[in-house]
Amino acid sequence: MEARTVRDDPDAGADVDGEDTKTRDPDRDRGWSSRSRHVVLPRVALGVVLLVLASLPLFLAPYPIGLAGRMLAFALLVISVDLLTGVTGMPTLGQVAYFGTGAYTAGLVGIHITDNGFVQVAAGVGAAAVLALFTGAIAVRTSGIVFLMVTLAIGELVHQVADSLSVVGASNGLAGIPAVTLVPGGEPLLLAGYVYWWVLGVFLVGLLVAYLVLKSPLGRSMRGVRDGEQRLHAIGQHTYPVKLAAYVVAGGIAGAAGTAWVAQTRFFSPGDLGFDVAAFALLSVVLGGAGTLWGPAIGAAVVVLVRDWLSAYVDGKGALMLGVLFVVAVYTLPRGIAGARWRRRSATGRDTA
Amino acid sequence: METQVRHRKGHRMTSTSAAGAGDDILVLEELTLRYGALAAVDHVSLRVRRGGRHALIGPNGAGKSSLFSVVAGTQRATEGTVFFDGQDVSGLTEVGRARVGLVRTFQHSSLFLGMSVLDNARLAVERAEGSPKRPWPNPRRDRRITEAALRHIGSVGLTDRKEALCGALSHGERRQLEVGLVLACNPSLVLFDEPTAGMSAAETERFSEVVESLPAEITTVVVEHDLDVVFRLADRISVLSAGRLIADGTPEEVRADEAVREAYLGKPRSEEPLFGTVA
Repeated sequence: MEARTVRDDPDAGADVDGEDTKTRDPDRDRGWSSRSRHVVLPRVALGVVLLVLASLPLFLAPYPIGLAGRMLAFALLVISVDLLTGVTGMPTLGQVAYFGTGAYTAGLVGIHITDNGFVQVAAGVGAAAVLALFTGAIAVRTSGIVFLMVTLAIGELVHQVADSLSVVGASNGLAGIPAVTLVPGGEPLLLAGYVYWWVLGVFLVGLLVAYLVLKSPLGRSMRGVRDGEQRLHAIGQHTYPVKLAAYVVAGGIAGAAGTAWVAQTRFFSPGDLGFDVAAFALLSVVLGGAGTLWGPAIGAAVVVLVRDWLSAYVDGKGALMLGVLFVVAVYTLPRGIAGARWRRRSATGRDTA
Repeated sequence: METQVRHRKGHRMTSTSAAGAGDDILVLEELTLRYGALAAVDHVSLRVRRGGRHALIGPNGAGKSSLFSVVAGTQRATEGTVFFDGQDVSGLTEVGRARVGLVRTFQHSSLFLGMSVLDNARLAVERAEGSPKRPWPNPRRDRRITEAALRHIGSVGLTDRKEALCGALSHGERRQLEVGLVLACNPSLVLFDEPTAGMSAAETERFSEVVESLPAEITTVVVEHDLDVVFRLADRISVLSAGRLIADGTPEEVRADEAVREAYLGKPRSEEPLFGTVA
């Protein structure tokens, strides 16, 4: 029974819904009602979401498809922010640095070496992870508000470098990036729908990596850092390597998000890794619910939707709308979108149990 | 000040080697912790027998907590040496000492409150298994880890709470889980820092049962205020007063000790029994 409980443990966030299992007969864990609630339902929901995401190009026009692709890339960036902020307890403003590194690397590889998408993603992720290793080695020595400031400095530093380095186009941005191809000598992905599918693929792989990390011992150690560094010391675990590993993984995922972004826009400028992007990413985590994977992803989608789509209908006052949205969210959803769903589910769970 | 009990211990000290091999798992030699001019721990020498149930008592401000933190590695001693299992661990941090099997608990339960009971135990097991940073799941090894974690949860009586969020546990249950976490670290010696502070009588009883049920090869050192608990759990008691060790012996010896009465009551002439009847 134990082993089965483990394998069936359903939640990506794994932060365990505050459910009361004390009263439940252990044998019922094997029963269909519990299985359907914990295993089948999330899987069906996941399947439906994937199906909808994959079929978007079939019934949306090119502009909304581009918007959806940017949403996915930004969502992956937000997930990397959440790995540090929500899971490891280290609020960060620095993930844009690795996002930008991934994007610029992919763009440069595309211009100078190959237009193969897989090579670009690998190069972008690798460059971002290496930068994360070296900057993180210093950054994760700090914690709390100091860590936030150090990561802000890292983000601004990369922003400044990008703004003045002529090889990446300086303040004009990196333009002329060719469309990605999937196989050497293959057709470049020019149509918005194909590009979107490529971005979706990168997003799903990044999401899968984040999910596996969360389910792994490293993921548990990361949550241990969040909940009690001192306690972790007392069970004989140094927290520095855990934090550094988390930082490198998050940096790599942010780099993947950058490659996905640039594959779609085929242009990248210092403005795309500015402070406002870092702030929106952190706020998306807060809005979506820190500590889960899908919550921040939804938060990211909402933020991009309000900023890029809704603002067209309200006279370009998208930033104002975002501000109002965040104030409302803080008051009505203190634990984010994911938190709201948890409360409801545990309530119904008790009713049926 | 020099008591008969202390004499006997002094005698033993000369008869065994100074490095603390053999019967004694923990040997403190002339341990001193100074805060400026104040010596919170003042040249304390102490031996804890392997498998022993040792208690450390003393009035408020006697230096119990300071001695505890020096032994646990939270603070570095100003002078003196800590030998653990025949090895000088004075230079090791708390992390290093936990890895060699010298594990502590906290006075105020500090657990991973945002995680389930099971995940708390898994975290400790993973550390002991040596793969706390593996960044991908491995079904077979993860299942072994979970089984070990469930065993430790079961041994502290929390099996039916395994899925509960740690933050939702009662105070007593948290202390039980803390023992479970410590067990998962494969300790050879556990330091308990005032484990029953703030517990109800029923919780104290339950906790005492858990500690009594610990395997005999695990040595325990308890710093405790509740003397009933001390006399129930300990087979040897050391008494601190003003940073110095004033007595060290069996519960009966300590109970009869004049210096201990003086330290606790301030005057030796009291005829009142100091410690109630032993439970």
